Amino acid sequence: MTPETDRALPRESIIEFQNVSYRLPNGQTILRDLTFTVGRGETLALLGRSGAGKTTALKMINRMLDPSEGNVLVESKATVSWNAIALRRHIGYVIQDVGLFPHFTIEQNISLVPRLERWPAERTRARVKELLDLVDLNFDKFAERYPHQLSGGQRQRVGIARALAADPPILLMDEPFGALDPLTRGELQKEFQELQRRLGKTIVMVTHDVGESLLLATHIALLEDGKLTGIYSPPEFLAAKEPMAAAYVANFRMYEEAERANEHR
Amino acid sequence: MNIVNFFIRHQNEILQATLQHIWLVGIAMLLAVAVGVPLGIIVTRHPWLSKPILGGANIAETIPSLALFGFLLPVPWMGERADRLVIVALTLYALLPIIRNTSTGIESIDAAVRQAARGMGMTQNQILWQVELRLAVPTILAGVRVATVLTIGIATIAAAVGAGGLGEFIFRGLAMVNNQLILAGAIPAAALALLADSILGLLERRLRPARQ
Repeated sequence: MTPETDRALPRESIIEFQNVSYRLPNGQTILRDLTFTVGRGETLALLGRSGAGKTTALKMINRMLDPSEGNVLVESKATVSWNAIALRRHIGYVIQDVGLFPHFTIEQNISLVPRLERWPAERTRARVKELLDLVDLNFDKFAERYPHQLSGGQRQRVGIARALAADPPILLMDEPFGALDPLTRGELQKEFQELQRRLGKTIVMVTHDVGESLLLATHIALLEDGKLTGIYSPPEFLAAKEPMAAAYVANFRMYEEAERANEHR
Repeated sequence: MNIVNFFIRHQNEILQATLQHIWLVGIAMLLAVAVGVPLGIIVTRHPWLSKPILGGANIAETIPSLALFGFLLPVPWMGERADRLVIVALTLYALLPIIRNTSTGIESIDAAVRQAARGMGMTQNQILWQVELRLAVPTILAGVRVATVLTIGIATIAAAVGAGGLGEFIFRGLAMVNNQLILAGAIPAAALALLADSILGLLERRLRPARQ
């Protein structure tokens, strides 16, 4: 999608930050005056250094944190007017360390939100089957297992399935593939790209991986010291003159250059 | 040979005393769990209460048992019956390991698990019952085990204030310089402690979720 068509189409905003700031109780400012929107079906990558405020911004979307100033709107309603529990069940949540419940089987882990929402047992079970299929894990083989019996990549697949369980329209992901080895990470990123195409969720993901942003995101928001430096489409990002964006791109290109250098050896 | 004969001859009295001992410790442990687990949860929710609660339980722990019985004697409702007094004293001794293990058990849960639970929209109560307590149960049981073994020993002193139990034989044996009598109290008490320790230990292992 080029920026022109993007502007031409009326874009239904699903998540909107309006001049959002966040301060810790001790007065330290984590986010300053953040304003951006995420449209339906878009994937926004929040990119930046550790401590730039990416995770803080993410946690404001499902009311794990409330803004000190400004408003975060989800489906045009301020998060502070949402019931926090209802809001969170409306939004899938995937974190780097997965956080599967060690005392639950894979099936129980995935079916948590449907069970909290009191779905009938049969519907829940069918949904778990469908979701394990979706993340390419065999139901008969994995449903009864416990998280410690799975590899890191399999655990993250379960984490994604769990987040999708009640079919939430929005998905938040905090460095979802960050703890995986590069090969597993690549496999999962590729599969997730496919999944995203099929499901059309609105996604906000925190990452410090430029490759991941370019692969999965429709928009890249660059955060520095709690401030938004800019929002770019992937092609815009690659051509950006802004120093921080350019530094990320140069860093990313370093690998391509190493590859070229080795070809001529 | 003598001691075996002695045990056989007095089996009814010994059994009676053992049951009384189990009753004193059992009621005290039920009370200690009923009070200690909620206190342990409160400590995790309000860290500023941790010092007064754990400190209080710690002080109770350091009072010599005979002195504690003495302190409780003038307290109106308690002083009326020896077993009431002993049960309250034993409960106080059992509190510290239970409170401490409850809070440790909850606090040692992987932060990612708690974050995921919150992020998926579990309520505070659901997180407490379905995640925190369930994962803390083995640690809480370990505290109950320590407390039970401790109170089985301390309960022998209950006989000093007339609450009965296996301490009866020990005190009588001491007064009469009769080793058989002392052993008639000490052996069942030690056996009870070992039995409680192994049963609770088994339960604790069974309930521990498998980890890597």
